[in-house]
Amino acid sequence: MNIIAKWYYRLGAPNWFYPLTGKMLPWIAVIFLALLIPGLYMGLFTAPADYQQGDSFRIMYVHVPAAWMSMFIYFAMAVAAVVALVWRVRMAEIMIISSAPIGASFALIALITGSLWGKPMWGAWWVWDARLTSELILLFIYLGIFALYNAIENKQTAGRAMSILTLVGVVNLPIIHYSVVWWNTLHQAATVSKFDTPSIHIDMLIPLLLMAAAFQFLYLWILLLKMRANLLEQDLHCGWVKKIIWDRRKAHNGGN
Amino acid sequence: MQEFFAMGGYGSYVWSAFGISFLIILINLVQPALQHRQAIRDADDFHHQEK
Repeated sequence: MNIIAKWYYRLGAPNWFYPLTGKMLPWIAVIFLALLIPGLYMGLFTAPADYQQGDSFRIMYVHVPAAWMSMFIYFAMAVAAVVALVWRVRMAEIMIISSAPIGASFALIALITGSLWGKPMWGAWWVWDARLTSELILLFIYLGIFALYNAIENKQTAGRAMSILTLVGVVNLPIIHYSVVWWNTLHQAATVSKFDTPSIHIDMLIPLLLMAAAFQFLYLWILLLKMRANLLEQDLHCGWVKKIIWDRRKAHNGGN
Repeated sequence: MQEFFAMGGYGSYVWSAFGISFLIILINLVQPALQHRQAIRDADDFHHQEK
């Protein structure tokens, strides 16, 4: 068996996934903080104020990474949905249902911080602009995926239904991304993703990239916490959970 | 320092944005931790009865 296939099967096995991720968690948390702290410091202190927007632009350092994450998480869920549907991997379904509330949270952060940025800059908390509306739809899709899975009693059926709904919702991703190009929106156009001529100063860009990287690790951290909790909950009566409980007791009783 | 918190007059917007984001993230970290603790307790009860 080649290495990729081996890892694939191991990660699909909860008795292997659970202890491995348990060892990874503290490291992920440390990397997250190591990126977050300088990102926040530079974003709030050392980056120069914007020549048009003054210090209000600092909202960008949480708004943009959160908006990116809200789309990245959906993309990751869609990949997992393909894996779940084609190869019937339960772990992929656990990944999707664990990601949905995190994606919804990042979409909510993007919408709230956008609103707090829009009020002083545009003079309105909310406008029915293409970018804002498609991001709001993304939030509703996340909530729909979560609700659908929890509404169906049989978890195999629930997993399939959820995976299909996840794939259908993918059409919204290009709409969000290109909304500022296709429609005449109030929302400003991309400044970072046009790599040939990025229209953002390097002192403003570095903290943004640090925050974006920090949020990736934050997602990974919350995702693993959530997957572990969901796995334990679903497999309460299974042998691998029994083994974990017995190992815990042994450790607790000092090996007796 | 006063100047830092004022954020050029945008202080209330900037700090609410960071504060609310922090709260939402905190909930996302605490909720799975509590769910995990409860699952361990339930599993412990179940496998205790079983012996």
